[in-house]
Amino acid sequence: MTATLEAVDADFTAEVQAGTIEVAMPPTLAIDCRVDRLYYGDFLAVRDSHLPIEKGKITGFIGPSGCGKSTVLRSLNRMNDMIPSFRLEGYVHFLGSDIYARHVDPVVVRRYIGMVFQQPNPFSMSVFDNVAFGLRLNRYKGDIAGKVEQALRRAALWDEVKNKLKASGLSLSGGQQQRLCIARAIATDPPVLLMDEPCSALDPIATRRIEELMVELKASYTIAMVTHNMQQATRVADNTAFFSVDISQGGRTGYLVEMGETQQIFEAPREQLTKGYLRGEFS
Amino acid sequence: MTDLVSSESRPDLRRSLADGRSLRSSLLTLGAWAVALLAAVPLFSVLYMLVVKGGARLSTALFTELPPAGFEMGGGFGNAILGTVVMVAIASVLSIPLGILAATYLADLGPERRLASAARFLAKVLTGFPSILAGVFIYAAVVLLMGSYSAIAGGIGLAVLMLPTVILTAEESMKMVPRRMKDAAIGMGCTRSQVIWKVVLPTGLPGILTGVILAVARVAGESAPLLFTALFSSYWMETLHEPTASLSILIFNFSSMPFDNQIELAWAASLVLVLIVLVFNLLSRLIGRAKV
Repeated sequence: MTATLEAVDADFTAEVQAGTIEVAMPPTLAIDCRVDRLYYGDFLAVRDSHLPIEKGKITGFIGPSGCGKSTVLRSLNRMNDMIPSFRLEGYVHFLGSDIYARHVDPVVVRRYIGMVFQQPNPFSMSVFDNVAFGLRLNRYKGDIAGKVEQALRRAALWDEVKNKLKASGLSLSGGQQQRLCIARAIATDPPVLLMDEPCSALDPIATRRIEELMVELKASYTIAMVTHNMQQATRVADNTAFFSVDISQGGRTGYLVEMGETQQIFEAPREQLTKGYLRGEFS
Repeated sequence: MTDLVSSESRPDLRRSLADGRSLRSSLLTLGAWAVALLAAVPLFSVLYMLVVKGGARLSTALFTELPPAGFEMGGGFGNAILGTVVMVAIASVLSIPLGILAATYLADLGPERRLASAARFLAKVLTGFPSILAGVFIYAAVVLLMGSYSAIAGGIGLAVLMLPTVILTAEESMKMVPRRMKDAAIGMGCTRSQVIWKVVLPTGLPGILTGVILAVARVAGESAPLLFTALFSSYWMETLHEPTASLSILIFNFSSMPFDNQIELAWAASLVLVLIVLVFNLLSRLIGRAKV
């Protein structure tokens, strides 16, 4: 499976070598993100957070509401560019490229870093077309039907939809819709998958399926996931980043408290704040 | 303190008309029914009259023959139907792309900008624009310039009336496309125009088509903007640059003539026009209901 990853790496670096985008980064990392300051207009949303995201692993972002974990996640594929007042001081390095460098096209970045959102958001088109969307977008010339089937199988949805590929993606149940969105995101084989609370709109059974799926997917993809559910983090995440929110300056500024292997974070947190949060004490 | 509701005996839960609230509720329901029926009376009486007075003359000759002159008997209004179709088509070709592009700007590209709110306001004003003024305006802007009444001028006049409806309904249906669907498209690596072409427009299409068809149905029956622009003709149209017949102007002309034959034809033309508009309305409801 690492073979596919490397193939994509080579592909990506070949494309971007032309600009002055190249950066050195540890080979074990898929993304090296350092947020010194992240602003929306004058509002300092996140500060001082360094998040190395390891290849082939699941990194979970946890923390109280408003701590900026979703904001950081959305900076990793430049989704925040949609907000005009957004400004990042720091860097996001992705497989040897600085994605905030001047000549980088955020649209291209998003084709390499897929995203699954909190609310299932299939397009108002057939199941098949939903999954084929990214392939067609990238003008994929090969066997689209085969790729679609492969993506649906990997998303553990194939058996449920193989007889209704022409049905609307919106006609599926919530859990199926979310797996459809995952299939859509992985159909183009992006090396990294970002998931923003992918299970928060789902019931426990659907949640369980998505979690199993994530564990299977990490063989081929690097996953970064925001979750509100700490059990979920312990179940699926290899590494966990714990964010907190600092209200001392008057505003609400999120920051990374500590990051490490999930087991260490949950069993032997270094910081008092982490300990308190995990015990359910809120300051 | 008196007991309003006694908890000792079995409560009486039956409906009773003697109770003021229950009586008032029944009367109001009855009243609402009566008013609803009353509102339908004008529509159905017009339809009834058209079917009775125009239905007798319905035949294929109406669609193939030319309008009769003076004391001639028989005849039809094939040229007027053709003229209406051609002019509505010209109006559609002009106003639909323009309207949808404008709506894209209003709904998606710059909804908060000052230009957008100004354009939206003007479109709303234009929906209430007197249609006769659209005719006068096109007379001054196109007919005088081209030197003749024409189907083109008529089509442009109708386009002026169609445009605001197309803009506003298309904007509305594009705004209905959920934010998270656009986010999904952006997350997949769509450029801004790809988001619009591949997601917003296809998702909003049923609503956009509904608006377009309603606009078409509306202008198909317009007469005022055609009076000064297309005028009328008793012959088949050969080019787009000559005075052109239309159903609405034919009805207007023939209904005031002192000949029974022409008056009957005016009734028949009214029926045909109403049927055309009705079909378009039904079509729009069918498409509006269709879900991908």
